[in-house]
Amino acid sequence: MSKRRVVLTFPPSLVELPITYRLVKDFDLKINIMRAHISPKEEGKLVLEVEDGSTEQVEAGLRFLEEQGIRVTRLSKEIKWDQESCVHCGACTAVCLSQALYMSPDWELDFDPNKCIVCELCVTACPLQILEATF
Amino acid sequence: MVQKTFAEINEKIKAGKAVVLTAEEVIPLVEEKGPEKVAEEVDVVTTGTFGPMCSSGAFLNFGHADPPIRMSKVWLNDVPAYGGLAAVDAYIGATELSETKGMAYGGAHVIEDLIAGKPVLLRASSYGTDCYPNRAIETYITKDSLNQAYLFNPRNAYQNYAAAVNSGNRTLYTYMGTLLPRFGNVTYSSAGELSPLINDPCFRTVGVGTRIFLGGAQGYVAWEGTQHNPSAPRGPNGVPLGAAGTLALIGDLKKMDTAFIRAARFHNYGTTLFVGVGIPIPILDAEMARFVGVKNEDIYTSIFDYSVPKRSRPTYGQVNYAQLRQGYVQINGKEVPTAPLSSLKKAREIAAALKAWIQQGEFLLQEPVQLLPREQTQKPLEIRTEGVTVR
Repeated sequence: MSKRRVVLTFPPSLVELPITYRLVKDFDLKINIMRAHISPKEEGKLVLEVEDGSTEQVEAGLRFLEEQGIRVTRLSKEIKWDQESCVHCGACTAVCLSQALYMSPDWELDFDPNKCIVCELCVTACPLQILEATF
Repeated sequence: MVQKTFAEINEKIKAGKAVVLTAEEVIPLVEEKGPEKVAEEVDVVTTGTFGPMCSSGAFLNFGHADPPIRMSKVWLNDVPAYGGLAAVDAYIGATELSETKGMAYGGAHVIEDLIAGKPVLLRASSYGTDCYPNRAIETYITKDSLNQAYLFNPRNAYQNYAAAVNSGNRTLYTYMGTLLPRFGNVTYSSAGELSPLINDPCFRTVGVGTRIFLGGAQGYVAWEGTQHNPSAPRGPNGVPLGAAGTLALIGDLKKMDTAFIRAARFHNYGTTLFVGVGIPIPILDAEMARFVGVKNEDIYTSIFDYSVPKRSRPTYGQVNYAQLRQGYVQINGKEVPTAPLSSLKKAREIAAALKAWIQQGEFLLQEPVQLLPREQTQKPLEIRTEGVTVR
């Protein structure tokens, strides 16, 4: 089982293309849309998590996207949280729309990297400057 | 009718017989047994809060160099400190920014570094006098090299505070954190039912001289805090419906612990200090027992729109802290996620630490030498073109 996160950047002309449908149907990939920003006359951006049984299928699917004129970049950044220094104030949870950063029932901050879409809003929101986006 | 004095409670503390609960622990007891019975059984209730409090800072005395200098300009790790005092006294304020690192480092960070025992670069300049000929010095100090180092925070422990929202179209970076556009989130900053002045809403027991927990050490209430506004609107339980009373606090920086006091930076706003404050509430009678029984659902605040940059911001109604704590509130029929800015986890640790100190007899209650004003409103600043004598 391989899982990877990619950022798809595509021109307005390709907004109509049913990308996710093709990836599922033709390449048998399991897809999770983590973040999408598509507006008319602008570049579209889609953050996908792609999962399947074999690396070849993922590679083939991504190659297909590139052939369509979509730029595929690997989401290699991740958010690093210095848990030791945290005071658990919760200020970062105010901006974490994917709820990767959340308060546990006993009001401790918790972080679920699997939900993180690396939007980096928490990096500026953290008053202690202990959330970092790293490569 | 139970009536206890501070002295009687202190005798119990010394004898190891005082019954001490935190402000959270006492709530079910008040519900179950009623205030009269709780006043008989419980002696002290401990509170706690750990939130960003901008009006904080420290007085420092550096000692005299040879030849001596009357420091008129002072920098600590490139953060300006106020030197308009005697020769080697200065005040470092939490929100003062570094001249080299900007908002990433400020007076609050200097204070945290001092508490942590780190060396801090001291630079000072002077015009030179006959008695203080030296015009410039540069050296490293630590908290141990200082004669005195004490926090004097003109305004801490706000009794309740506004919640914040942003109805505008752009993200706002405020002292209430990052406010997402179009009602994207609501932030709030109070320990609610655990908060010190919420548990003594009419300032019956907390006043000048009250011994407290401050940043991990024992400190004192020095005075009413700036903008102390006891006449703010209150609910039927006496609890204010927004920002009201405040305290000026004092405590020994050298004895503090960075577990309970930390520097903070709010993006595009500046630096501030997370201050850990715990205040013991003596249960003198049934009325005090009723006060400490206050629950989050009985504590209301208003949601203010920070996209309107005016002194009086529009509000989107009242909410209580139980609603804020559940993770979302309704605004105009829409569910808006909520997030705290003050740490409830730390507030609980503080209330628990203070409870332990009292149980172990290490901390005695101090009766206020003077009560805080109970009626007083907050004046705005009028912009005038000439001076007017106000009687």
